[in-house]
Amino acid sequence: MQEHDLSYVRMEMINAREAPLRERGFVRWFRVNLFATPLDTVMTLLGLLFVAYFLPPVIRWALIDAVWSGPDRSVCATVAQGGIQPDGWSGACWAFVNAKFSQFMYGRYPVFERWRVDLTAVMFVALLVPLLVPRVPYKLWNALAFFVVLPLVAYFLLVGGAFGLPYVSTTLWGGLLVTMVLSFVGITVSLPMGILLALGRRSKMPVVKMICVIFIETVRGVPLVTVLFMASVMLPLFMPTGVTFDRFLRALVGVALFASAYMAEVIRGGLQAIPKGQYEGASSLGLGYWQSMGLIVMPQAIKLVIPGIVNTFIGLFKDTSLVYIIGMFDLLGIVRQNFADANWVSPQTPMSGLIFAGFVFWIFCFGMSRYSIYMERRLDTGHKS
Amino acid sequence: MKTVIKGILGSAALAVVATGASASTLEEVRSKGYVQCGVHTGLIGFAAPNDDGEFEGFDVDVCRAVAAAIFGDGDAVQYTPTNATERFTALQSGEIDMLSRNTTWTLSRDTSLGFNFAGVNYYDGQGFMINSANLEGINSALQLSGAAICVQTGTTTELNLADYFRANNMEYNPVVFQGFDETNAAYEAGRCDAYTTDQSGLIALRLTLANPDDHVVLPEIISKEPLGPAVRQGDDEWFNVVRWTLMAMVQAEESGITQDNLEEMMASDNPEIRRILGQEADSSIGAGLGLDNEWVVNIVREVGNYGEVFDRHLAPIGVPRGLNALWTDGGLMYAMPLR
Repeated sequence: MQEHDLSYVRMEMINAREAPLRERGFVRWFRVNLFATPLDTVMTLLGLLFVAYFLPPVIRWALIDAVWSGPDRSVCATVAQGGIQPDGWSGACWAFVNAKFSQFMYGRYPVFERWRVDLTAVMFVALLVPLLVPRVPYKLWNALAFFVVLPLVAYFLLVGGAFGLPYVSTTLWGGLLVTMVLSFVGITVSLPMGILLALGRRSKMPVVKMICVIFIETVRGVPLVTVLFMASVMLPLFMPTGVTFDRFLRALVGVALFASAYMAEVIRGGLQAIPKGQYEGASSLGLGYWQSMGLIVMPQAIKLVIPGIVNTFIGLFKDTSLVYIIGMFDLLGIVRQNFADANWVSPQTPMSGLIFAGFVFWIFCFGMSRYSIYMERRLDTGHKS
Repeated sequence: MKTVIKGILGSAALAVVATGASASTLEEVRSKGYVQCGVHTGLIGFAAPNDDGEFEGFDVDVCRAVAAAIFGDGDAVQYTPTNATERFTALQSGEIDMLSRNTTWTLSRDTSLGFNFAGVNYYDGQGFMINSANLEGINSALQLSGAAICVQTGTTTELNLADYFRANNMEYNPVVFQGFDETNAAYEAGRCDAYTTDQSGLIALRLTLANPDDHVVLPEIISKEPLGPAVRQGDDEWFNVVRWTLMAMVQAEESGITQDNLEEMMASDNPEIRRILGQEADSSIGAGLGLDNEWVVNIVREVGNYGEVFDRHLAPIGVPRGLNALWTDGGLMYAMPLR
């Protein structure tokens, strides 16, 4: 016999009823996210109007009316402009990008030697990917290969002149190749240099401190454009005739020094955020200066300023376009240079080329940005209140 | 400030020229096996990379012709793309052997910058273009008083514009941009009433306009812009090679020697043609220049005569021969006798 034999007491739980329609599914999502208040409703409607007004012409221009391939400018110009398209036509000229694609990637690197660039790129990706994925083991060896072996191998591969590879002058380099090499060198040099400069600036030794302060403040006080310009226009005049610095080297040095100075200030921000107790704790364990910095302070400081570091990297990646000043052509530079090709000049060419260049830049910058968010989450130890 | 910089550049240039005179550019070029040639970073018709990334254009062919004259191979050239400011330093410092970059031959460039202009390969002049759809009834630059005018900064164009309006007691608002693309975009968007640059540039500009037929070039030519290749002062041997390469291209057109009929011409009975092409038994046509006797043959075979080069690069974008026709056709292209 059951303990409660009362007919008015339910023996089993009633199943929960479904929430009312307005509290679930996409109806709720819409109500909460788009139409929660009258102001939200107005903003949503305005946003929709905006999209409805701008999106169709953009899609029409970029995809539907676009020209994807063709031999020359005629496919991208209307009859009145000397082409074959009907009058009033307006569409993206992806045919231009298509025809110039290899140039946008390699610049004027000799066609038969381009495998060297490809090989370098493959090695770069093959070493970068395992370095970025935390689960993959052997990080130390991987980092050593990426930051020490790869640059050496890449130098001999890309420049040549040894091991039976023909010499390829850096004046022939261009496009994404230049953008990638400049940013890679800038990034790999600037982080360690920045750390050293930041430590130097907080050092108690007056000479070290002064040197670091002067370096950082001088470099931050002068625009990169000015330095590149001086390096390309004035420097050669002070050299004996025939002695010329490689233009690319000038750009590399300039970009690396600049990034280092900015990086130093970012890292210093992180160092200042570390409570004094951490330094004292490190000292009380009997750690020396380098040990306490390397094991206790720096890991915490760097973790704090990941967004700032990646911000500097992204800025550096985009700043590489400034090498246009010294007659080198990064991705943007080579796209713009090709606007002058009489074979392709048309009213649609510049816009199409610039959108392509912007898209490639966006892919890289967005990738860096997402990875930094991932890293921040992973390294989050819950100290943020 | 500007004068200070100019002073520094000038004195530095002198120092460089003083040392530059000792080395022979021709020997240097021979030993390295190619001509290092400064060209424009990208100018429609004059210098631009083609689909394969090779530089092509009217100015580029001057470099190729010099290489052909020396090596018999028009491809023995390395190009250094230079912008408006660094072109002069590049030449002064010896980074390039010659500058073939749409550069106006002026007194100050010839003297204080320490260059020698080897000749003129294109006679240009500055003009104005307006959008006739917006400005009806304007048919002379003298009616442009008070107009907003798009102009590229850092060029002689900007200075000529100022001179012209001041000389005619007219007001104008300069709308200044750094590069060709920005200037075009601003003009196309209607930010200025008129656009001023060299005639060749105005013609190239039409290719980038949505409604090219609305735009008219006004008849006034307000400046002389003789464009030509330059070399460092003080190396006459090298200067001669570049100068006579230009002469040979013009002479070849005048004598009717083309890439197609070169073989026939070499076997011609005409003594003048035989002499130019170095086909006489006792020929010494290249000796004075330190070149092979068939140097003109090499130029025509690799690059073509002046007219062919013009037809290849400038005629397709709509540039008329105009002043650049041969003197026999009423133009200014006149080669000194090759003998």
